[in-house]
Amino acid sequence: MYSVIFNKIYTEPPFCEREILRYAGCREADGEISALLNICLKEIKNTLTYKVCYREMQVTIDGDLCDFGVFCWQSEKLAKNLNDCKNVLLFAATVGVGIDRLIAKYGRISPARALLFQAIGAERIEALCDAFCADIAEERSIGLRPRFSPGYGDLSLDAQRDIFSVLDCEKRIGLTLNDSLLMSPSKSVTAVAGILEDKESKLQIKCAACNKTDCTYRGTL
Amino acid sequence: MNFKEYLKMNIVYLDGGMGTLLQEQGLQPGEHPERWNITHPDVITKIHRDYFDAGSNVVCTNTFGANSLKFSDTDLEKIIQSAIANANAARKGSVSSKEKFIALDIGPTGKLLKPLGDLDFEDAVGVFAKTVRLGVKYGVDLIFIETMNDSYETKAALLAAKENSDLPVLVSNAYGEDGKLMTGADPAAMVAMLEGMGVDALGVNCSLGPQQLFSVAEALVANASVPVILKPNAGLPEVADGKTVFDVTEEDFSNEIAAMIKKGVRIVGGCCGTTPAYIAALYRKTCHFKPAPIEEKNITAVSSYTHAVKFGDAPILIGERINPTGKKRFKQALIENDMDYILSEGVSQQEKGVHILDVNVGLPDIDEVEILTNAVCDLQAIIDLPLQIDTSDISAMESALRRYNGKAMINSVNGKKESIEAVFPLVKKYGGLVVALTLDENGIPDTADGRVAIAEKILAAAARYGISQKDIIFDTLAMTISADNRAALATLSALKTIKSTLGCHTSLGVSNVSFGLPNRDAVNGTFFAIALENGLSAAIMNPYSADMMKTYYTYMALKGFDENCAAYIGAAESFTAVASAPTPAETKKVSEAFGSELQHAIIKGRREKAGEITKKLLGSVPALEIVNREIIPALNIVGQGFEDKTIYLPQLLMSAEAAKSAFEGIKSFMAGSEKTTAKGIFVIATVHGDIHDIGKNIVKLLLENYGFDVVDLGRDVPPEKIVKKTVELHAPLVGLSALMTTTVPAMEETIKQLREKAPWCKIVVGGAVLTQEYADRIGADKYAKDAMESVRYAEMIINGGIA
Repeated sequence: MYSVIFNKIYTEPPFCEREILRYAGCREADGEISALLNICLKEIKNTLTYKVCYREMQVTIDGDLCDFGVFCWQSEKLAKNLNDCKNVLLFAATVGVGIDRLIAKYGRISPARALLFQAIGAERIEALCDAFCADIAEERSIGLRPRFSPGYGDLSLDAQRDIFSVLDCEKRIGLTLNDSLLMSPSKSVTAVAGILEDKESKLQIKCAACNKTDCTYRGTL
Repeated sequence: MNFKEYLKMNIVYLDGGMGTLLQEQGLQPGEHPERWNITHPDVITKIHRDYFDAGSNVVCTNTFGANSLKFSDTDLEKIIQSAIANANAARKGSVSSKEKFIALDIGPTGKLLKPLGDLDFEDAVGVFAKTVRLGVKYGVDLIFIETMNDSYETKAALLAAKENSDLPVLVSNAYGEDGKLMTGADPAAMVAMLEGMGVDALGVNCSLGPQQLFSVAEALVANASVPVILKPNAGLPEVADGKTVFDVTEEDFSNEIAAMIKKGVRIVGGCCGTTPAYIAALYRKTCHFKPAPIEEKNITAVSSYTHAVKFGDAPILIGERINPTGKKRFKQALIENDMDYILSEGVSQQEKGVHILDVNVGLPDIDEVEILTNAVCDLQAIIDLPLQIDTSDISAMESALRRYNGKAMINSVNGKKESIEAVFPLVKKYGGLVVALTLDENGIPDTADGRVAIAEKILAAAARYGISQKDIIFDTLAMTISADNRAALATLSALKTIKSTLGCHTSLGVSNVSFGLPNRDAVNGTFFAIALENGLSAAIMNPYSADMMKTYYTYMALKGFDENCAAYIGAAESFTAVASAPTPAETKKVSEAFGSELQHAIIKGRREKAGEITKKLLGSVPALEIVNREIIPALNIVGQGFEDKTIYLPQLLMSAEAAKSAFEGIKSFMAGSEKTTAKGIFVIATVHGDIHDIGKNIVKLLLENYGFDVVDLGRDVPPEKIVKKTVELHAPLVGLSALMTTTVPAMEETIKQLREKAPWCKIVVGGAVLTQEYADRIGADKYAKDAMESVRYAEMIINGGIA
């Protein structure tokens, strides 16, 4: 199959303050924190972009080997996740450098705000991934398995290099990978999501699909 | 004919896409297209030849990603040599009778530069330099730097091209749908920077179709004094019948570009998805067009990595507070290398509304080259205002200009031969708007005529260096009226003549006029108003001065620069607040509240309040007492709450910041007096390869609160640097942070080297991926699960406990 890389740009997904506070390690917010969070949310207006590049790829699963043709990953967890899938959606998403600048700025002059911007960034990129997956599922009339990223479970972070080699992330959405396999801009996600052509399976909430039930960041949804 | 001459008289046609054509020929996902120069020379040559035959004057070698980060030196040389040979073969084989040139194509490195990414600016220059030198060695007519989405990387590439060749250089950036580069620069900012560095043409390519790039191209034409390039995609890709097609047809593509040639674009071509057929259609449609003249725009501007600040009728404010002169606390910060203090000065001036920040860190006995360069890099990492590099140390000036991400303002040159010969070559090479002081070997002329004569001399010298008049801004030197009551008149008269007769912009260090007088702000504010009326374009000033800001906002409103007086109304409130003295009742309340109000402010995390209360207390209570009886007990309450999980991390940090603000008040009060002894030195860093530093910064803040002397080496720090500092300071404690499994080995290596060279120190590690088990395995003394645990451990070590 001849596979093309596509780009999508989204408008700002709605903010979820509860998620942001959860990422900031805060189960409830008093007046002072809410006030500070509001200042941060105001400052972040118009500094983010919501970009995704993606392509579809075929996959064959053999034991714990996931063979994508161009590259092959060994991961029991991913193989299980992609079980019965013939095709996958491979994507990279980023909210851009604006959030990194704010984190850097307040890292120097106000760590409390830096922490909140960090949490906002985490919430933003997840919101973007959710919006993208929902959009593609609807557009293509398919179901998607929970997205799976390099570094999850037993999938090596080295898989980042493979994703970057086939998605043209730098040119498409300005996303780069450094020697330590860190992405810049930092609030970015690369992932693979199994495609279910019959649409029988709906999108799953990612935390519900994970068996690490004592995770600090586990969503209550 | 050489390329520059051809460009003067003609519309230049570049080529179209390469990548999409290679995919059709079987290029696999993940395969490097540059290798095809060697493995498929016939395919590459044919594509080039088809472009020449279709009407292209310039084909770009198939070297978009040919750089030393992706290929070994041997491979790189082979690739570039073959790529140029393929282009030459195409030129030879083409049936076109047009002028044909070959451009060395240079794309982005694929890495993001520091501080956003991990590639050092000079390393980026080095990477591009290798490619440029190979291009020169194997012979090309020009260099085409393209698809750059970051202004800093663009600067690195252009600098490398200029330093390693005499070839014409074209620079084309990839602008997004918001009309900006991925890292934020708008077209006016890019024009300012690139023209300052002597680019031969500039423009836009890739990202979008022609129509979506229309406004970017228009903005470039409006600002640029050099030819503008437009090389769009054939729209967006779609899949039809298993094949990729792009949604802009050849016909639409050529019509849309033709419209922009009429608007002044001079160099055209296509990017992703375009083919020789697109170029042929474009050529047919426009080859009879008359090229638009290239007009000198006479725009005086500086730029940051996001925007340009243009000098015109509305006055420009240049914040003067980053300067140690007469400021004990600032000097102390410089000596202690406390860059956060300097950054805070920058941020508060930006909040006050200045347009440009002056950066002066000159002190005897400091390494100004290093400190100024660091200050510029740190400031431009977090503040998007253009900077004015203010130094008399020429090496420091060059180093800072080189690293500056944009077109800087330079302070200053003067009429002395020595100054002109030192400064102008730097302005020519790196670009810049230079402040020229009207003084020379004979000092400052008393008369306005004498100062104007020096200005004319400086302009003539600038012309000899190829620096245009628009890049010089004159400072006619404000002198104090307390020494000579006609001093202001000479300054103002010279100012008026230079603005009206020479047509140059002007700037003044306004506050010098009142030196030696009481209530200086009152004099400064009025002088500023008179100077503005006499043609002052910019003032180097104190934005905290209510009188100066009053003059600025009222002038803007009165002169019609402030629509609906909105800015004035917004600012007016603060004028009254500053003007009214605190009432006696308020003062009483504060003094009564001693013992609880400061603690309350810290516990509630009220930063401004904590600072204010501390400053007031310092009048009557000894500093040490405030620390021991107020701040520390408050911190302990919060710290205990965090450990008991009744207080969350953001609250802990807000309290820590409030405490820091209280400490800052004490530090300012004590500045200059002997240093209070800190508990102990704590060296802290995020390890090599890792750029996460929030956790590290949190630990640093809390340690400082608890009286430790924290030496912060930053992020992505090589083991050697950490060892060197630890040994140099004989530091008893080192804290290392890592967030990625991939960077834990760097932490392990750092610990290994520390054990060897600094066996006395205790090492604390922390970060998201670390666990007690990990920490034990790599040989750390302590795994701290959060910032409070680091503090408790550090206190125990300093108090003589054992790990």
